[in-house]
Amino acid sequence: MTEPSSDRTEIDPGTLRVAIVDDHAMFRTGVRTELSGVVDVVGEAEDVDTAVALVEATRPDVVLLDVHMPGGGGAEVLRRVGHLSSTTFLALSVSDAAEDVIGIIRAGARGYVTKNISGPELVDALTRVAGGDAVFSPRLAGFVLDAFAGTIEVAQVDEDLDRLTEREREVMRLIARGYAYKEVAKELFISIKTVETHVSSVLRKLQLSSRHELTKWASDRRLI
Amino acid sequence: MTSTPQAPGRPASTTYTPRRAVRPVESRIVGGVAAGLAEHLGLPPVWVRVALVVATWFNGVGVLVYLVLWRLLPLAEPASSPGLESATRRGLRSRSGPGRREIVQTVAVAALGVGVLVLMQVLGRGVNDSLLLPALLAIVGIALVWRQLDDAALSRFIRQTDGWAFAVRVAAGVAMLAAAMLYVVTRERGWNALVDLLSATVIALVGLALLIGPWITRLLSDLTAERRERIRSQERADVAAHLHDSVLQTLALLQKNAGDQATVATLARRQERELRAWLYGDEQAEGDSFAAALRSVVTEVEDLHQVPVELIVVGDAPLDADVSALVRATREAVVNAAKHSGVDRVDVYGECDGRRFEVFVRDRGVGFDPAAVAEDRMGVRGSIVGRVERHGGTAEVRSALGEGTEVVLRMPVRHPDEENA
Repeated sequence: MTEPSSDRTEIDPGTLRVAIVDDHAMFRTGVRTELSGVVDVVGEAEDVDTAVALVEATRPDVVLLDVHMPGGGGAEVLRRVGHLSSTTFLALSVSDAAEDVIGIIRAGARGYVTKNISGPELVDALTRVAGGDAVFSPRLAGFVLDAFAGTIEVAQVDEDLDRLTEREREVMRLIARGYAYKEVAKELFISIKTVETHVSSVLRKLQLSSRHELTKWASDRRLI
Repeated sequence: MTSTPQAPGRPASTTYTPRRAVRPVESRIVGGVAAGLAEHLGLPPVWVRVALVVATWFNGVGVLVYLVLWRLLPLAEPASSPGLESATRRGLRSRSGPGRREIVQTVAVAALGVGVLVLMQVLGRGVNDSLLLPALLAIVGIALVWRQLDDAALSRFIRQTDGWAFAVRVAAGVAMLAAAMLYVVTRERGWNALVDLLSATVIALVGLALLIGPWITRLLSDLTAERRERIRSQERADVAAHLHDSVLQTLALLQKNAGDQATVATLARRQERELRAWLYGDEQAEGDSFAAALRSVVTEVEDLHQVPVELIVVGDAPLDADVSALVRATREAVVNAAKHSGVDRVDVYGECDGRRFEVFVRDRGVGFDPAAVAEDRMGVRGSIVGRVERHGGTAEVRSALGEGTEVVLRMPVRHPDEENA
């Protein structure tokens, strides 16, 4: 397995080509204003069909993808154009419904941020995703911990897709506590690159695990 | 919501409701029987499928069980919040089905089962040859029609019916079933039997129609009226959801741009939180639980001190005296962060893994030197550390000048086994 993060080079945001896909025109305008001058916004789309057409026509580096949209939502867009290797997807949502967030990650998005993210943070997330890394907001980290909870014993082998290793759990917990990647690295005495590797590996497990609970957990969270 | 005091250590549930097996919509492949059984029994679905296939080798028991359960178990939509249900109805999210791997696995299991059946047939240990074909036809026909009926029942929830495909599939199913019956009826006595049977059936049906016809007509018209009413109320719910949804958007924008006006941001944030809770069920019911208590504490501090607090909770547990103390200590820590750190955001992370509670309250503010704090300062020592330690927990304050502060509170779960008793 080649880690996409291993060949990560510092990407200049100015060269980044970004498409905004969201069904709320006001929100698109807001994001465009915030991103204009920093990255190259190549287009906007408001539903699944226009999004697919836009992605195929412009081949942006990153697609900022809303979770809920007419035509089947962001997951449907990913199903139709998610295979394009030159384009990565960053989910952006106001819904926060765990099953949809986990669903869009499993469909292929490389990260999830909430809509009240600040402009600079968004640009940072975009460059990170374009560079092949994963972007976990505290909320997504919480969802992940919840989804992988239940198996207290952690994986002995790295390759066990249904469990997090002790180290990955620690990284997720720190992100859920509000630590930035840099702070996580400092706290655990590891390099940022190692943190990125752990996060990418969690993303991979999230996408590939066949763990029954992963798809179901949200609907039946119970008191312990 | 009543607030009767609970005996400590008692689970909060009042009445016992038996668990009913259902056929889950989202994970069904044919009828959802295997998936439903697996969920009910807590087994991997593939075990149930293998068991059904193996049972089929013995006089077709597996298929019979499957068909009987298909009729008996109700089809179940996963319960979710109004916002999500509305989003599903309006086509804003895609329905997830069973994964491709699961489908391939099921097809493989079924193929294996069919293989063994064919082998048995060849060895002469199977069903009477003359009955095999009509039986297969009938089963496939029934499965086709029932699946369509399921989908028709579903389309009450999701208004998307592709009329043509539906009609063709039902017609094919009915035709297959009719062919099977035709074969069985005409096998012994030829076409004469068919004529006899048909005329007898027609006479009986006409009589029945005369008797209960009016009643059926009224039932049907009632049903139509009820369906229309339900669609109307769903439309109202969709409109409400959409309205709230856009308010949510506006609030998110407002909050992002209002940087200098703390009050506006806080109000927007609170509104957003309420709407979110209503639309997406993010916050569970206000009951007495660790997570719910943390949420209300965080909201309260946000309102009082006008600092956004980002709360993430993993796991949950009922509230008892110890947990309440932990939550109150958390409140103190959040208040301290909001008042003294000088930053515009506090992160709170709470976790309960069934063995212990952990709460982290973190800010990226000015920080302080914990060693330099006077012995008699009540804030940290009394209301946080002391309170938690009296209840058997530990508290740790990590801070340095200019590097922010993090308060770590830990508390063991007192009676881990009593909850299951």
